[in-house]
Amino acid sequence: MTISVLAIDDSRTMRGMLAQALENAGFEVALAEDGQQGLDKLEDSQPDVVITDINMPRLDGFGFIKGVRGQSRLRGLPILILTTESSPALKARARDAGATGWIVKPFDEGKLVSAIHKVVVR
Amino acid sequence: MSGSADLREGFFQECEDLLEALADGLNAMDDGTADAEVVNAVFRTVHSIKGGAGAFGLETLVSFAHAFENVLDDVRAGTVSVSPEMLAVFYKSSDRLADLVEAANSGEENAPSQDDALIEELRQLGGGTGEDEEVSPDDFEAIGFALELPEVNDLPELEGDGKSEFEIRFTPKKELYANGNDAALLIRALKDLGELEITADLSEVPVLSEMEWDEPSVSWHLRLITDENQSDIREVFEFVEDQCALEIIRIDEGADSLPDISDFMQVQEDNPPVFLPPISPESPTVISADTRADIEGISIFGKKAEKKVTATKTTIRVDLERVDRLINIVGEMVISEAMLTQSVSEMSLQSGNQVEAAMAQLKQLSSELQESVMAIRAQPVKPLFQRMSRIVREAAQETGKAAKFETIGDTVEVDKTVIERLADPLTHMIRNAVDHGLEETEFRIAAGKPAQGTVTLSAAHRSGRVVIELSDDGAGVNRDKVRSLAIKKGLIPDDADLADTEIDNLLFLPGFSTNDVVSNMSGRGVGMDVVKSEIRALGGRVVIHSSPGSGTTVSISLPLTLAVLEGMVVQAAGETVVVPTSALRETVRADEAGVQVLGSDDLVMSSHGELVPVLDLGACLGYREMPQDFSGLTLLLIENENGRRTAVAVDQVFDQREVVIKGLETNYGFIPGIAAATILGDGRIALIVDTDQLHPVTSLHHHEVGASSKGVLNNG
Repeated sequence: MTISVLAIDDSRTMRGMLAQALENAGFEVALAEDGQQGLDKLEDSQPDVVITDINMPRLDGFGFIKGVRGQSRLRGLPILILTTESSPALKARARDAGATGWIVKPFDEGKLVSAIHKVVVR
Repeated sequence: MSGSADLREGFFQECEDLLEALADGLNAMDDGTADAEVVNAVFRTVHSIKGGAGAFGLETLVSFAHAFENVLDDVRAGTVSVSPEMLAVFYKSSDRLADLVEAANSGEENAPSQDDALIEELRQLGGGTGEDEEVSPDDFEAIGFALELPEVNDLPELEGDGKSEFEIRFTPKKELYANGNDAALLIRALKDLGELEITADLSEVPVLSEMEWDEPSVSWHLRLITDENQSDIREVFEFVEDQCALEIIRIDEGADSLPDISDFMQVQEDNPPVFLPPISPESPTVISADTRADIEGISIFGKKAEKKVTATKTTIRVDLERVDRLINIVGEMVISEAMLTQSVSEMSLQSGNQVEAAMAQLKQLSSELQESVMAIRAQPVKPLFQRMSRIVREAAQETGKAAKFETIGDTVEVDKTVIERLADPLTHMIRNAVDHGLEETEFRIAAGKPAQGTVTLSAAHRSGRVVIELSDDGAGVNRDKVRSLAIKKGLIPDDADLADTEIDNLLFLPGFSTNDVVSNMSGRGVGMDVVKSEIRALGGRVVIHSSPGSGTTVSISLPLTLAVLEGMVVQAAGETVVVPTSALRETVRADEAGVQVLGSDDLVMSSHGELVPVLDLGACLGYREMPQDFSGLTLLLIENENGRRTAVAVDQVFDQREVVIKGLETNYGFIPGIAAATILGDGRIALIVDTDQLHPVTSLHHHEVGASSKGVLNNG
């Protein structure tokens, strides 16, 4: 069974890069442009893990996580946030918001895959 | 990697959109209409550009975007508030960002300069918060999402048997599970590092009646023999540091015995589930026929990057050549359709027959098809207009005038080529508007106008054409000065009786713009005549309207597309010829025009107090000799690109219609007097006249064909 990933980023370039890297790594990929669309797509894409940007229009990454964790069925869904900085403050904030882990941008395929494997149950 | 090249191209396309959004945001901030979301959106555009640039290793772009982003972050956080000075710096920064993107796109990126004044300015603006975290170029190095090699630390250690043994005590807290982490996963990850012995400590597990469903009570004692070092082990727990109690102790090599754990129940995981197989570049790309693929918006990507793009966006990128080919084919089809219609009508079928009804529908469909295809090439003028805002700022700065820029109708769509070719003329017009149109501030105040001048660029659809207007609220054209200058330069006779608009349009005459009038700034060595010829090359017309004291408007009227042309179908010496209406001013019956012979050969007619040379189209194209008698002919008064008028005699005017342009240059080279050809509804080919190149046949040529020189004009 292939691991399915929902990647959320408002930047087209970043979505393209995520899609390419994830696809190269053999994951199944669904994409969303902001947190709201991410929430909307959860049902259909049934991801094993979500990767989300933080600062996005409409609903940001933290809002998305809140929305996910608020649904009891999705409590355990691993969510990795994409961040450009890896400061302890941001990590703490991410954890407080309910993020499972993080991926520091710019990422390479190796980082991405290992981060996913850290949080996905298979 | 072609995938990577595609992504790169995609990035630059996205940058265009981001820069557009950035400009929009800054304008909103300028108007004072910006709310928190606008500021946030502005921040995001710069942030996204930085993110993408980082991924492609564009360091100069990254470091500039970083400096810009920091200030915007402060604005967003409310630590600094936006002043007009700050906005000016933001505009400059946005321009710089656009420059850097363009440089990076064309591969001309320079190394980041150490002492960049603008970066320094941005730093000064910042609340001082962001400065600590200087971007290190290392952060952006060695990016490769197309990375095909295993990571260095994935490779097996080659040297030594440097195995060490660790004891790990790990007690998850409930937050660990709440955030979607899983102790079992962490333990499996450790298992990947080496040989693992797992012991569950159940001593804290309460009796069932007291058990809290979400409160973990199991802790784990793990013994790991591995090549890796302690930080690699810690790395496994990276995401859960604060969400568990963790202790990692290195046990000296040789220390075979574990601490006594016999108190605990031992659970030996004999056959832990295997992790996913290592991903290798060879592993097949997932192209799944999974039903999910059918669900809208969910994309399962195939191998090609293009597929990705189509699946995730509502737009696709298509090679312009393909579009042009499509346009060409549709053009042919429209012609075939017209031919068919004509044949059918000649068959004189009974009225109300099915063929005619079907033909009518076909006609409707083919014209819709043509419109839709033309629309593919159409793009909104907005990016072009936004670029112009920079020109206004620069021109205002150079001339020391205060000018603001407004745009109207920037969603109007125009053919892509037209947009590209409008940039230069518009730039020139805007520089002119600021330099000559707007008065110096003190004059404006004296005239009771706001100190800041306004330059407005607007676009609108008007009767099948696009009209682009540039207006300023300056003093208007100084007609006395223009008139006397034109006389002085010998462009018009001393006693020329010109209407106001005619005087205004003298500005388009070649040789009018000289250093006396055009300063270095708006100059760039070109005058408004160049603007006019550029616009005409696009099949457009340009006119100036000015009202003294309140400003000047330059209007450009353009065809919606370059593939069709509005022309007047005429007959000249029995041949059907198309004259582009863009050059046409008037039609006059020759009988009423009063054609006179001037000197020995020259024929002239009088129009608006000016003597206009008269040519015969048939003679110009070599179909016949200059007729002796113009009676019964029609004269088309055309204006050539330098504003000179000529009357061209034709036998008959049929109608005015849009014709599909068929280039001749590929097959026949440049033919003076002929711009292109078209195919008419009856299948006949008609030449499209290039009115700017319409010269009377030379006397020499005429002698060769054995005709007398009588009637041959030479207005050289």
